[in-house]
Amino acid sequence: MHAPHENDRDVRALDGNAIGGLFLEIFGTEMTTAFTTCATCGSTSTVAEAVVYLQAPGAVMRCRTCGAILAVVVRRHATNCVDLLGLAALEPVPG
Amino acid sequence: MAGTAVRGRLTWQVATVGSVTDETTSVRTIELEVPAWAGHRAGQHLDVRLTAEDGYTAERSYSIASAPGEPVMITVERLEDGEVSPYLTEELRAGDEIEIRGPIGGYFVWDGADPSPVLLVAGGSGVVPFRSMLRHRERIDASAPVRLLYSARSPGDVIYRAELDKQPAGVEVIYTLTREQPPGWTGHRGRINAALLGEVAWPAGEHPACYVCGPTPFVETVADTLVSLGYPALQIRTERYGGAGGT
Repeated sequence: MHAPHENDRDVRALDGNAIGGLFLEIFGTEMTTAFTTCATCGSTSTVAEAVVYLQAPGAVMRCRTCGAILAVVVRRHATNCVDLLGLAALEPVPG
Repeated sequence: MAGTAVRGRLTWQVATVGSVTDETTSVRTIELEVPAWAGHRAGQHLDVRLTAEDGYTAERSYSIASAPGEPVMITVERLEDGEVSPYLTEELRAGDEIEIRGPIGGYFVWDGADPSPVLLVAGGSGVVPFRSMLRHRERIDASAPVRLLYSARSPGDVIYRAELDKQPAGVEVIYTLTREQPPGWTGHRGRINAALLGEVAWPAGEHPACYVCGPTPFVETVADTLVSLGYPALQIRTERYGGAGGT
């Protein structure tokens, strides 16, 4: 085992569109347009614009401004463990 | 012990493969019959889940290639070391069943109601959601003028070439071929850069809606370049995909 090259890591960085299905399952509503507030730097954005890694042990969502972890979802069998501690706010668009 | 709280709202459903169409030597469009499909918006995607005999599952997201109101289609590029795409592009046959979840997404969508000009920038198979948008534009006879700038490696890698070459008035398709151009090629060559975007993109003052889809490095470069050309970041919607698809 060796650490991936930096380029490999970059290629694996996706965006919040990629977590839309998982979030739809967890929250029961469309979430890529949901507004986010980073608990670390305070910047506001949307889920779609966050940096998302799916190859980590679970799905990891990071702030595009400061890089802090916003959310982690780890799935085992039929259970999703959802950690949203990096988010000061997560607000789906009504309707 | 399947979860019950979310089961009624959104879960996986079985889709039956209707037909498969080869687009290039490594790209295939798959039509799906989905009995409980809720209808989709142009630009949305769906998730595909494959389950092995031992219970191992692999999930991937694919943009929807058809317009709202048409049968659901996805277009899949085969990645040589892929876990899912080789099966979808080589093994899958009409009548086979796969599990899907969707439609998904409300950010990277275009409904056609806004008459503002639209700039679509595609890298490789990033063109897939744009076929949905272009078909939707034609079906609803939308007035928004559209320019699609499409970067592909070679002529043989251009997906939907025949369809893109006969777009209705108001749609312009501009190709750039990055690695190999056919004899007599008069189109653009090389990767998308500030000079090409400056030539092709609508003036920022016309408040165009921009959509950029492709591999992550492609999207980052194009979005940054558009910002440097004076496009407000909020007008640029991006969708990145993984894998090693070429642009």
